[in-house]
Amino acid sequence: MRNLLRFLLRYHSFFVFLVLEIISLILIFSYNNYQRVNFFNSGNNIIGSIYEFNNSMDNYFHLKRINDELASQNSVLHNMLQERIIERTETHRQTDSLTGKTFVYTSALVINNSVNKQYNYLTLNKGYIHGIKPDMGIVCPDGVVGVINHVSKYYSTGISLLNKRLFISAKIKRNGIYGSLVWEGTNYRKAILREIPIHIPVTVGDTIETSGYSTIFPEGIMVGTVHSFDILNGSNYYTIDVDLSTNFKAISYVDIIRNINQTEIRQLEKKNEND
Amino acid sequence: MIKEIIKYGFMYILLVFIQVLILNNIQLSGFINPFLYVLFILLLPFQTPTYLLMILGFMMGMTIDIFSNTPGIHSSATVFMAFMRPHVISLLSGRDSQDIGISPRIKGLGFAWFLKYTVILVLCHHIFLFYIEVFTFTGAFYTLLRCLLSSVFSIILVIISQYIIFKN
Repeated sequence: MRNLLRFLLRYHSFFVFLVLEIISLILIFSYNNYQRVNFFNSGNNIIGSIYEFNNSMDNYFHLKRINDELASQNSVLHNMLQERIIERTETHRQTDSLTGKTFVYTSALVINNSVNKQYNYLTLNKGYIHGIKPDMGIVCPDGVVGVINHVSKYYSTGISLLNKRLFISAKIKRNGIYGSLVWEGTNYRKAILREIPIHIPVTVGDTIETSGYSTIFPEGIMVGTVHSFDILNGSNYYTIDVDLSTNFKAISYVDIIRNINQTEIRQLEKKNEND
Repeated sequence: MIKEIIKYGFMYILLVFIQVLILNNIQLSGFINPFLYVLFILLLPFQTPTYLLMILGFMMGMTIDIFSNTPGIHSSATVFMAFMRPHVISLLSGRDSQDIGISPRIKGLGFAWFLKYTVILVLCHHIFLFYIEVFTFTGAFYTLLRCLLSSVFSIILVIISQYIIFKN
């Protein structure tokens, strides 16, 4: 026994070598074993996250180009969708009353924006040479952003929804009752929907979207969801707190919506003003 | 002592990251894949006992294995290389290896000594690794070619690293 121990001690490095090599070889041979693979895969969760991090770092450098591509592709798709709707509605002109409203989308980059003032404005990198005119709607994928008010050659400014001067015609999606949406000037994630009569049932979580009664926004663009509501003493209308779906602190690419028939509709509606 | 452990710990992590995030993605013309992580075993101090060398080699190989989903392959090759290291050192500098410095570096031992040391050990590692990987002697010359080309790149990287990051 003592001799064996002495032998092992004397050649300990060789035995360590043998043991480690045998472990390695067992690992190699049992690699196809299901449990073994499973064991290594659980380890891969950590490694996967490292690789994912590496990959996300790598992707970060291409983000600007990808964004540009996606934004322009988005406007092309929006335009195609509109053409489709026109085609459909034109063939069913008799049954569908919702004809004639056509919207063209142009993508733009928000180059200046604020959320902390009472009257917030944003600046976009598209001007009248791109076909932008005042009174066009601004939307982003999450929802409504605002309305264009001034246009220069290459740039335009828009009244943000976070501006106490901007009223937007919005409706409750579930029952189509519309009111006007306005910002209170405090929280950039909240706005107030007024003029919903109190006999209409409202529930927390109801979706609020654009009504389509103005010529600025098409019908059905997301605005937000009902956060809470109450009735002021003696009032016939709800005061509804709306969680805005657009995060105004994080908007970068937006779409400007042009209503092709806006002037025609406005001229027609002007005839009623004298009545 | 503590300082040394921290230094080699950093080196370990850095080499793993360099290997799995950068070098494993470099596959020049399909089969040249340099393995710089062997540098860790090359640079350990002379006093490191052989069993510790091999255990560290096993850990290092295993880490690389887990990252590249090849359990056992890199660890067996690195253990083999760690086993060979004391023999190579005594072959190159005779019995009195302790007299030539604390750990193997170009600065202390000269370019020729370090190059010989690196070439022998990197070849040990790469030949073992590539043959374990294919696990067959069919196309043995093709495997040998791949192995030699990768070794050349690994050796170049090891030498360059001596002038850039792992100077001490």
